[in-house]
Amino acid sequence: MYAQMIKSEATTDDPEKLKEFQARIDDDIKVEPRDWMPEGYRKTLIRQIGQHAHSEIVGQLPEGNWITRAPTLERKMILLAKVQDEAGHGLYLYAAAETLGVSRDDLTEQLLSGKMKYSSIFNYATLNWADIGAVGWLVDGAAIMNQVPLQRTSYGPYSRAMIRICKEESFHQRQGYDIMMKMAQGTEAQKKMAQDALNRLWYPSLMMFGPSDADSVHSTQNMAWKIKMNTNDELRQKFVDQTVPQAEYLGLTIPDENLTWNEKKGGYDYSDPDWSEFFDVLKGNGPCNVDRLEARNKAWDDGAWVRDGLMAHAEKKRAAKTAAE
Amino acid sequence: MANVDKEMLTQFLLRMGDNTLILGHRVSEWCGHAPVLEEDIALANTALDLIGQTQLWLGYAAEVMDDGKTADDIAFLRDAWDFRNLLLLELPNGDFGQTLMRQFLFDAYQSILLPRLMKSSDQAIAEIAEKASKEAAYHVERSAETVVGLGDGTEESHKRMQAALDRLWPYVGEMFASDDVDAAMAAAGVAPDPASLREEYDALIGKVLSEATLTIPDSDFAHKGGRNGKTHTEHLGHLLTQMQWLQRAYPGATW
Ligand SMILES: [Fe+2]
Ligand SMILES: [Fe+2]
Repeated sequence: MYAQMIKSEATTDDPEKLKEFQARIDDDIKVEPRDWMPEGYRKTLIRQIGQHAHSEIVGQLPEGNWITRAPTLERKMILLAKVQDEAGHGLYLYAAAETLGVSRDDLTEQLLSGKMKYSSIFNYATLNWADIGAVGWLVDGAAIMNQVPLQRTSYGPYSRAMIRICKEESFHQRQGYDIMMKMAQGTEAQKKMAQDALNRLWYPSLMMFGPSDADSVHSTQNMAWKIKMNTNDELRQKFVDQTVPQAEYLGLTIPDENLTWNEKKGGYDYSDPDWSEFFDVLKGNGPCNVDRLEARNKAWDDGAWVRDGLMAHAEKKRAAKTAAE
Repeated sequence: MANVDKEMLTQFLLRMGDNTLILGHRVSEWCGHAPVLEEDIALANTALDLIGQTQLWLGYAAEVMDDGKTADDIAFLRDAWDFRNLLLLELPNGDFGQTLMRQFLFDAYQSILLPRLMKSSDQAIAEIAEKASKEAAYHVERSAETVVGLGDGTEESHKRMQAALDRLWPYVGEMFASDDVDAAMAAAGVAPDPASLREEYDALIGKVLSEATLTIPDSDFAHKGGRNGKTHTEHLGHLLTQMQWLQRAYPGATW
């Protein structure tokens, strides 16, 4: 998912007000920007929505990496449209975060300085064309797993953003699977690319759900506030159960020797990803962390004169209009 | 199809399709690297429109050539000497200002040419032009607005936009350099003689650039050779190396 390991912020608000707030949430009444909300709720949401928005933005990079090498005109258009959608998702999400009293520029600065995180998955490389298929299939697939329940999240603007975004994400997933299908049914070299992509992206996709959090204090608070709707393990299990038959249909092998159907639980048993690798990626030591942040910082720094120029022009126009009145 | 030499018509269609293909490719290089999120979205959108137009132009070129090739074959399996795009469009992006200046100079041309092509004696061309001209009208509105905003922005943005105009101006003249292909198209009522568009073009860009407080260089020198295929810049080969790589490395695969 695009928001990982969100710690809930401690709240020191009036217990009466807190009780009332919780009652409204329990009744599925949406919280709107003007409503009273606990400080902890507000801060946690800013962190979660901000991280989600940053993920959409940084997520442009691994896919953008293949736009200039897309193999047909149609594939190039589909990929351009997808990356454009992701930037649009970033835009809605920043707008949702802004309703909580933080500015987009402020969030951006925190991303660029490394203070705020984005999903660990985007620190992995896209090395062959099938990766573009695998990203749509697995990464958008995992994102949907998390975001469909978030359509019911308690914060109104976030919930509405999720409803808009989910429609597009499922489209992305189908398009990704379609690329995988072409590759898996293609030449030997294409099959090899498809399997290679799955081999590299399988465990990082499982990591997207974050480590087990069934007993975590933060998770309990966030679930009570309906900022988080399911535990990480629930979502990961659902993802594995959905994805295994899809891989079989493609004729690809999931790189997990322990993968077996467990009749009793009605789901697959599977190997955990290497969590030490996950924590390394969070600390900045993933394969592409440095590249990603460098690319975003460069875009921001190189674009400063453009933002300043356009702002100055708008200011001149405003002044001219005022003078004319 | 209009009653016109097939070879000539093909050349005309390649000029149209290669322009949008090469510029669409250049613009798509910005994806994820724009100065502000709204520009990431707008640039991706522009690239998307241009590649969509490419499919139509090159698709029709393939139909006219009628030798079993597809639009993709034309885009991904020709070498540099077969490309017929304007040199302007294959130049590297430069900074954001140069990219937007190039976009504006081309959008202005398209916004004048495409409405004329809607009256083409060739029905297929008229139909493509109808769709593309709507997009071009929107593109020129946007790029003109950005050129004005940056030209008449800060001292630095003004300086950069003037530098972009100075850098690109020698590539504008090629748009209007008519040759025998253009003469054949004009005679058959397929397309206007590009030289006949110059006056309207100068008026349009003159208005926008003066609002942008920019000065058009006092020179009518023009680099030529892209449209007629006599020569290209060194940059095109590198662009094709990237764009065509998968198709070249794995011939015969379907994607
Ligand atoms: Fe997205
Ligand atoms: Fe997506």
